[in-house]
Amino acid sequence: MTANGKGVSLRLENCAKTYPGGIQVLSPMTLEIARGETVVLLGPSGCGKTTTLRIIAGLIQPDHGGRVLFDGVDVTSVPIEKRNVGMVFQSYALFPNMTVAGNIGYGLKIRHVPKAERRKRVDAMMQLVGIDTLHDRRVDQLSGGQRQRVALARAVACQPRVLLLDEPLTALDASLRDRLRTDLNQLFRSLGITTIYVTHDQGEAMALGDRIVVMTKGTIAQVGTPDEIYFRPANRFVAEFIGAANILEGPLQSEVMLLPGGQLHIDGGRTGDTAVAMVRPEAIGIVSPDGASWTGRIQTKIFLGDRLRLTVAEAATSAIVVDASNRLVVQVGDRVGLTVPNGSVRLLTS
Amino acid sequence: MSSRMFVALCLAPLLIVAAAFFVLPLARLVVVGASGPDGAAAYLAILTEPRYRESLVATVILAVATTVATLITATIVGLFVQRHDFPGRSVLVALLTFPLALPGVVVGFMIILLAGRQGLIGEVARALTGQRLVFAYAAGGLFLGYLYFSIPRVILTIMASVEKLDPQVEEAARALGAGAWAVHRDVILPALVPAFIASGAICFATAMGAFGTAFTLATRTDVLPMVIYTEFTLNANFAMAAALSVGLGIVTWAALAVSRSAAGTSVAAAG
Repeated sequence: MTANGKGVSLRLENCAKTYPGGIQVLSPMTLEIARGETVVLLGPSGCGKTTTLRIIAGLIQPDHGGRVLFDGVDVTSVPIEKRNVGMVFQSYALFPNMTVAGNIGYGLKIRHVPKAERRKRVDAMMQLVGIDTLHDRRVDQLSGGQRQRVALARAVACQPRVLLLDEPLTALDASLRDRLRTDLNQLFRSLGITTIYVTHDQGEAMALGDRIVVMTKGTIAQVGTPDEIYFRPANRFVAEFIGAANILEGPLQSEVMLLPGGQLHIDGGRTGDTAVAMVRPEAIGIVSPDGASWTGRIQTKIFLGDRLRLTVAEAATSAIVVDASNRLVVQVGDRVGLTVPNGSVRLLTS
Repeated sequence: MSSRMFVALCLAPLLIVAAAFFVLPLARLVVVGASGPDGAAAYLAILTEPRYRESLVATVILAVATTVATLITATIVGLFVQRHDFPGRSVLVALLTFPLALPGVVVGFMIILLAGRQGLIGEVARALTGQRLVFAYAAGGLFLGYLYFSIPRVILTIMASVEKLDPQVEEAARALGAGAWAVHRDVILPALVPAFIASGAICFATAMGAFGTAFTLATRTDVLPMVIYTEFTLNANFAMAAALSVGLGIVTWAALAVSRSAAGTSVAAAG
């Protein structure tokens, strides 16, 4: 238990994982996480994010040569029960034979915290996550959202050095997920514990992470703040995985990309063979085709309430997606001009 | 044909079989139990007559001891075998369930070969202490025989339940600081309670009614099925045999009913 309850700094050094049979699910990775930081491991299933989390937890050992350090101290060979980590699972993993209070107080009981003190801490935790009326309820009498709150309270009750969450909201329905996401965000900020959060949901990652680690096929694709990841993706995988992205391909001449529908200015572009660039749907503006340097023809139009989603053909090698104002008056088949502000197009390595 | 009639026709064979082979014989048994010179008091004699009472108590104690010992052994072995992969694992599982294939008489015979007058344990004991150890024909032998055929019945249920445990619940307990003992005490064993109740009830019922093994071994101790057999064949006391049968049935049925309500699931009666 740390004196300030703010957790530890964390360092993964060369952590890889190979299972018997030679299947490497995680390539050697090094990652620094600051004290009190919330880092989200984001990626499609099978990208190695849960494996990374389980290595940090101490549930699995990294391959030889890999090290896990808490505040600079090597804990690689310390088993999970001695690491003082808090863990929240997708399935909640509550103890069905205990009440809500029994679940939350279990870690304190194991640590032989006196009953009165335990009761006080459990009550405080229940208040923190907003379930203070459920003290003696049985676990099977709780809704999904309440179970997740119990799991969360149980994980933080012992003031863990690191809080680890493995897809904690995936099993919940969409509206509840949104509400809990906001609550989680507040909770992480108020607790200030070093937190690692695994998800495949980019919305969750954006909302919760101080930094996001995007992973694919057992490697780190990019580490950055949510806006870095969104606006300056390191490669095509990150660009396409986070949000909607138009991938443009064409020869580059000086700072201009030549496309079927005209020309597009790209900052920092150099003359060369075919280049790949990315532009977000909301960054593209619709203007009159007269005098526009880049044009296309509207193929489909979908009204989404807050915006108009258009697909525009003939502008690039494949149709591009544009999010326009919901007041824009255009028809399918109209020829339109396309504008992109400086700095909104990003060259990608593929 | 109306759907009601169709259902009635479908149920008819079941009702006929149930009436012919279950309800009628059982009713007859209850009536016969009260048809002796003492009338319905024969049922009371199960508790007032020392010989019957003692055999009932001995049978219940033996069945309870067998159930407890079986649950302990089967849980330890079931947990280990289900959780660990090692060479010969499937052979071990096959060996552990092998007694299911043997009738009670054979089990009794094997206990005699092990702990009887010429048994292996007796020979070893004589070589070591000079005194022959023989316990096949008393409660110890019966206990061992019952244990032998009870373990496979329980171990398969326990293994199936262990397989269904959510590993994340154990991981959650470990993350909270629980060591191996605490995880077993607080998480694994409580999760296995329904399996304990279901398989324990079957184990108890089987031990209460076991006849083959008792017939082979019970020369120095009386268990209820043996007393029923003696009353019926040697003493031709049909009324007392019937009354004892009903008494045995009620005790066993009560144990199954209690366990069924405790487990909240159906527990099959054992043969």
